[in-house]
Amino acid sequence: MSTIKLRATAKGDEVTVKSLMTHPMTPTTKDKKTGEEMPAHFIQEVACEHNGALVMTANWSVGISKNPYLSFKFKGGAKGDKVKISWVDNTGATDSDETKVR
Amino acid sequence: MTSMKRRIFLKGSLGAAAAGVAVSAGLLTPQAVLAAWPKAAFESKEVPTALSALMGTDATTPSADITIKAPDIAENGAVVPITVSTGMSGISQIALVAENNPFPLVAVFDLGDKTLGFVSTRIKMGKTGDVIAVVKAGRKMYAARKGVKVTIGGCGG
Repeated sequence: MSTIKLRATAKGDEVTVKSLMTHPMTPTTKDKKTGEEMPAHFIQEVACEHNGALVMTANWSVGISKNPYLSFKFKGGAKGDKVKISWVDNTGATDSDETKVR
Repeated sequence: MTSMKRRIFLKGSLGAAAAGVAVSAGLLTPQAVLAAWPKAAFESKEVPTALSALMGTDATTPSADITIKAPDIAENGAVVPITVSTGMSGISQIALVAENNPFPLVAVFDLGDKTLGFVSTRIKMGKTGDVIAVVKAGRKMYAARKGVKVTIGGCGG
């Protein structure tokens, strides 16, 4: 199961995409007691596709909140079109989800 | 084999397979992505250096056509909702900066031709300060800023 919640809705030919991703988005932290350093863990890049064509890429730092929310809009879409979101984090892990525009 | 993978992906029943398809489809390969991530910009501790590293210059023109929707007072600095919208045309990039964060550059959005000047997300803010939206239209960079008061800082560490 994808860890991304994705919804795309069309108003005329303008499509609004809303997504909620599950991810800790943590910076590098040092345990105060043990001094052990926990490396940062965050989504670095998000790619958004409409019917297979890239409409947006986002590069993120750890300054994006935990469980990132992302919304954007594009023109030239219609109900039934495919919208896909994928992400890669700094450990190389990936996830993606696809939905149909409603 | 490919059609089998596609069916699993569409079913969404196996997250691992779905991620595997995304990677194998060449959409996002970890190596390519991590190479393209603007490291110098994200690791800059000052706004001008971050913008220079990202866009080649830190010179921005203030624009009233960029609207930043953000709370006047953020209840929780770890989750501050920010929406940037602009009616400008020819926009290729929107950058989000939290001026007083340890690393001010928070996000960079590269927009396609048909993508509108609109992004909405949630950011961490370490303390009270301005959120700056930098919009690249054509060869020029425009900027707007909005002050957000932060009572409980959200940068952790």
